Amino acid sequence: MTPRTARARTLFVLTLLAGLSPLAAAAVDDPSEMLPDPRQEARAEAIGAQLRCLVCQNESIEDSGADLARDLRHVVRDHVARGESDRQIMDWMVGRYGNFIRLRPPLTAGTLLLWVMPVLALLVGAGAAFLSFRRPRTATPAPLTDAERARLSDLTRPR
Amino acid sequence: MSDTAAPRPASTTRRRVLMAAPLVVAGAAGVGFWRMLSGMTQGSFDPHDIHVPVLDRPVPDFALPDQAPGQGFGAADLRALTRPVLVNFFASWCIPCVAEMPVLNALKDRLPIWGIAYKDKPDNAAGFVRRAGNPYARIAGDLPGLTAIDWGVSGVPESFLIGPGGVIRWHTAAPLGEDTIHDTLLPLAASLTR
Repeated sequence: MTPRTARARTLFVLTLLAGLSPLAAAAVDDPSEMLPDPRQEARAEAIGAQLRCLVCQNESIEDSGADLARDLRHVVRDHVARGESDRQIMDWMVGRYGNFIRLRPPLTAGTLLLWVMPVLALLVGAGAAFLSFRRPRTATPAPLTDAERARLSDLTRPR
Repeated sequence: MSDTAAPRPASTTRRRVLMAAPLVVAGAAGVGFWRMLSGMTQGSFDPHDIHVPVLDRPVPDFALPDQAPGQGFGAADLRALTRPVLVNFFASWCIPCVAEMPVLNALKDRLPIWGIAYKDKPDNAAGFVRRAGNPYARIAGDLPGLTAIDWGVSGVPESFLIGPGGVIRWHTAAPLGEDTIHDTLLPLAASLTR
């Protein structure tokens, strides 16, 4: 390994770590908010990670420091402790805040285009690539006419 | 000559179409963004205005303590309504709420406003309402903020128009302005009164 690739690899690992650190810092910051049962707490965290913080909008309620996110974390843990299923808790949240609270939008008629877009883009790209490879580049150009040959020799004649 | 010249126009057209395609896409995106941005400045589009699914449903069950300087209210009071009422979530710590108070004071004689103090200490909320000239006919206090979650509130100020029977008829997550009041809120309230 040359020093150059070693440096590149270190940089890569550091970037990876930097990308992972928010995950490590996630979840409830105050231990008193956590559920005593680690399995229930893990479930609550998994549900919370799918819920949008409505204040910060691009963070989950598990990642956000907003007051509302803290309240919603509390509500999720309340429902988990009561023995409700993930589905029931999700429905409770969607019933109040709409599908907007779900960080992963459900597959409906309205979101169909959103979900099939990657496949659609791949198909269009593959189709375009297929067509352009199949079509012969350019046929051999026709031989020059007399007039063209005369003009060419005129243009290339040394002055 | 005619043999070689024939395919040329077709391929130039195709090339022109291919070159124009990204421009058309960029143009369409530009028009879209322009509409979003102009909507944001005119107030017709607000990315923070979350559309709650509570519309056309009765208000959720809640019982809250009274908040000075008004008499409190609960879900039962809203369901007993025969005329529309505007329910306004506010807080003394919320700057847009301060700015909204003159608008609410101008509105209160045409549409009764009931306030809910959201995550606000009772003393702070009372002082804030008194200083602002109290636009509220009745005020309740939601210090834990959990009733607000049942209503789908994501921040303050937020307003809900409650029709007869306690049904939520309209909602905004933005501070009320004169335009919204005259163009949307008052006509809707009038249609519910009839």
